Amino acid sequence: MTLEIFLQNAANGITLGSLYALLAIGYTMVYGILRLINFAHGEIFMISTYFAFYGTAIFALPWQVAFVVAIVLTALLGVVIERAAYRPLRDAPRISALISAIGVSFLMANLGLVIFGGRPKTFYRPPIFQVPIELGGVRVVALFFVIPLLTAILLVALNYIVYKTKTGLAMRAAQWDFDTARLMGVDVDRAISITFAIGSALAAVGGIMWGLRFAEINPNMGLFPGLKCFIAAVFGGIGNISGAVLGGFILGFGEIMLVAFLPGLAGYRDAFAFVVLILILLVRPTGLLGDKQRVKV
Amino acid sequence: MALHRRLMMVLFCAALVSMCGIAAAASDTEIRIGVYEPMTGAMAAGGQMTMEGIQLAQEQRPKVLGLPVRVILVDNRSDKVEAATAVTRLIQKDKVCAIIGSYGSALSMSGGPVAQAAKVPVMGCSPTNPLVTLGNDYYFRACFIDPFQGRVMAQFAYDKLGARKAAIIQDIAQDYAVGLANFFRQAFNELTEDPKSIIAFTSYQTGDRDYTAQLTYVANAKPDVVFAPGYYADAAVLVTQARSLGLKMPFLGGDTFEAPEFIEIGGKNVEGVYFSTHYSADAPVTPASERFVALYKARFKTAPNTFAALGYDCYNLVLDAIERAGSSNPKAIRDAMAETKDFVGATGIITLDANGDATKSAVVLVVKDGQFKLVDVVHPR
Amino acid sequence: MAEQRAVHPLLKIAVVCGALILFFLVLSWGQEHWDAYTVRILNLCGIYIGITLGLNLCNGFTGQFSLGIAGFMAVGAYTTAVLTMSPAVKQAVFFIQPLIYPLNSIQWGFLPALLMAAVVSGIVGFLVGAPAIRFRGDYLAITTLGFAEIIRIVFTNIVPITNGALGLKGIPPHTNLLWSWGFALVCIAVMVRLMRTTYGRALKAIRDDEVAAEAMGVNLFFHKNLAFVMSAMMAGVGGGLLGNLITTIDPNMFRFPLTFTVLMMAVLGGLGSITGTVISAAAVTIAMEAFRALEEPRVILGLTIPGVPGMRMVVFSVALMIVILFYPKGFMGDREFSLDRVKRLAAGLDRTNTSKQG
Repeated sequence: MTLEIFLQNAANGITLGSLYALLAIGYTMVYGILRLINFAHGEIFMISTYFAFYGTAIFALPWQVAFVVAIVLTALLGVVIERAAYRPLRDAPRISALISAIGVSFLMANLGLVIFGGRPKTFYRPPIFQVPIELGGVRVVALFFVIPLLTAILLVALNYIVYKTKTGLAMRAAQWDFDTARLMGVDVDRAISITFAIGSALAAVGGIMWGLRFAEINPNMGLFPGLKCFIAAVFGGIGNISGAVLGGFILGFGEIMLVAFLPGLAGYRDAFAFVVLILILLVRPTGLLGDKQRVKV
Repeated sequence: MALHRRLMMVLFCAALVSMCGIAAAASDTEIRIGVYEPMTGAMAAGGQMTMEGIQLAQEQRPKVLGLPVRVILVDNRSDKVEAATAVTRLIQKDKVCAIIGSYGSALSMSGGPVAQAAKVPVMGCSPTNPLVTLGNDYYFRACFIDPFQGRVMAQFAYDKLGARKAAIIQDIAQDYAVGLANFFRQAFNELTEDPKSIIAFTSYQTGDRDYTAQLTYVANAKPDVVFAPGYYADAAVLVTQARSLGLKMPFLGGDTFEAPEFIEIGGKNVEGVYFSTHYSADAPVTPASERFVALYKARFKTAPNTFAALGYDCYNLVLDAIERAGSSNPKAIRDAMAETKDFVGATGIITLDANGDATKSAVVLVVKDGQFKLVDVVHPR
Repeated sequence: MAEQRAVHPLLKIAVVCGALILFFLVLSWGQEHWDAYTVRILNLCGIYIGITLGLNLCNGFTGQFSLGIAGFMAVGAYTTAVLTMSPAVKQAVFFIQPLIYPLNSIQWGFLPALLMAAVVSGIVGFLVGAPAIRFRGDYLAITTLGFAEIIRIVFTNIVPITNGALGLKGIPPHTNLLWSWGFALVCIAVMVRLMRTTYGRALKAIRDDEVAAEAMGVNLFFHKNLAFVMSAMMAGVGGGLLGNLITTIDPNMFRFPLTFTVLMMAVLGGLGSITGTVISAAAVTIAMEAFRALEEPRVILGLTIPGVPGMRMVVFSVALMIVILFYPKGFMGDREFSLDRVKRLAAGLDRTNTSKQG
């Protein structure tokens, strides 16, 4: 493999990795606060792409407006889902909440099928993102720079919110213990809603980036990215935002490199993510950047 | 008993009762033809397109043997278990005398044994996997099969594009793509007399959207053409990425590329993609083709696609067999179907061989100026 | 107050045996005389009852939330299929790469093949479970889901053994009502017996509180794996029966939607109840077909309401959400069917009548 090919693969890996990272952050934030795998996160991602699509296609909004509207709507959707499907089960056994998450995921995917139809739609791609750029034999489009940049900016912004604001403090307090946080005057319900709103908004950003990158959306598109991004979050350390970003990058990069070095095994590519999951859980269950687990007896 | 349990019991009983359903009308007042297609699920697009053609055909020819024809559609949800249940239901509950279906060879293979056991003939519109009719004398198809289709593209690449080295990127999760890739490879090796003429062979899974690593690998091998069988959504995204990675050589595919979404999703990037399919609106092969194109355009306001054309032909093939059989007895219909010879359909002149497969020409289309245009017609040997 | 003595044990055995014999006689007759549609639905009911009981054993009774059931069904289905297909059919079907030796030249009977399916899926179940079982709740769920996907991806790729995406066709149609309901009854019997032994109580203890159970001396590793492996075996045999019912399988059948369907059956019936699982597995299988009415156009009072394809699955998803939010214990909750209860019901009705007259 020449250097040029390696760099090309690296560029592709970074783009894919940052897509995964955006989704992984949403997962990790929700898990951190609720200790719940939000299976519906993949479907929230899917619906956000449709919001953006209908914004440009049916309502003929300029794309900047459509994208922002899609993000806001998705954030609202996330809050609604939390209220309807997760809050009533907060005191129930964990299995119930998990089943509820799976149920919501399936419901949304099937509703999407009924409402949007099974045939894929073409996501609107503003030409500005498709400007081709060539650097020393490596071919990319402008989008390749936008996505990692956006991820980095969001990462910094999130870290600021979570660690330097009162809302973030409330979120982190709720992460530790609901009752104690309540005793300290934290509005736990509000903190959870905000967490869902932010996580879903991030899923929407990921969805829009996904649509810009791949141009095709369909109601079943949420399942696999959802799973892979949860794995990325676990890999990096669940509950840790920087960990999620790191996990996403490593996963995306690794997938590309697997196929680059072993093209004959390209059919196994999706299994790679699952193998990574099992290995990390066996070797270091708290993830790369995770804290030591606290198991209360 | 608690209220909710009572409620559940009532619902369950209601479900049972509704399943008993309305008795089907006696068979001497109408001819019932069953259709099982994927109207939802992964293959929904194909099923819907096929159904358009069947509907159109029924509107044109609503009667046979002096009786009205009733088409009964059962959705198989792109699921194998459902496909078998759907065919069982059509035969047992709806008492159809013949069946049309299904898009998706895997689904057809599931419905086939059921129809065979019940001795009801099935006409498949578009399943191209050779296994569908293997060992099943009650299954027929209006289309050619993958060994022929793979050879068509290999021949085209060799003759018309002058290719001597090819790369293959197959969708490893689709039986159709895997079969087609296999036959292309065999045929290309034979034509070039070089067992190593496929210089790069790699895969992806349906629904993956990032093919850049596979494409980078293929680009490095510098093939003359790339054969990429798979569904149109994957293929469109793949070709788009290929172009942005600087791959300029022609990309080839099979009949699943023929969908309006292929051009929609791929945009300018899929210009110049060649693929084999069953028929082209550009080159009406028969007078029936012209009639079909006109009817379709009047009804649906866009140019027709292959699967609608095949659905249209399937319906008429079934009616033709019923007429020749002179009765609605499924076995008689089956025997008449087996003898179908020189049937003039919208997709060509159809003769069914001993296996129940159609010996037909294939056409090669190219994407040009945002439309599918005819490039070549390949006749079977 | 009337005395409420339990039904005499010998009477219980007699009733159960009598019912079983009658049941199988009816099934044998029905296999020949009922229409193929009814037979097919009943076959699917029996198969799904067994598989759902397997899921319930692991997820419900032991509290180990596993989402890997589709993977074990795949293992069982492929094992049975490859063993029961004839060499001639195998040669025709494996047209890209031939099946490896010695599988390409052997052909087994149905029962040995099913038993082998149980063994193989049990082994795979152990290989998956042993490392995974130490995880809790969500992590176990995602890990088992990951394993199921890995199994499916491997099956898609190893063409010389599974024929890859092309799948297998021409599997002998051995499955009939006796096999599928025999399977269901064996699973029911196993579960009922198991739950009455110390193993069963240990499993329930683990579900209720792992730490306390361990403190009381329950060997977590052994018991969790026991549940996991048994669940895998039941799923494997169920998969094998399914393959020999529809006579063709491919890796795309065994994806997450299949796991979801089985999970839904278990949840609707009640994750801790054998009776509930039996009822809901059968009910959902039947309802899947019955609800086709939602997808076909209907004429009600002269208005044609168009069918909406895909509504069936939406209805099921909504049903699941309603159950999990409002009736988390499912239809039966923790209660089970028993002859004692029947006697009490009968006695109760009797008393109401007498008291009314009195």
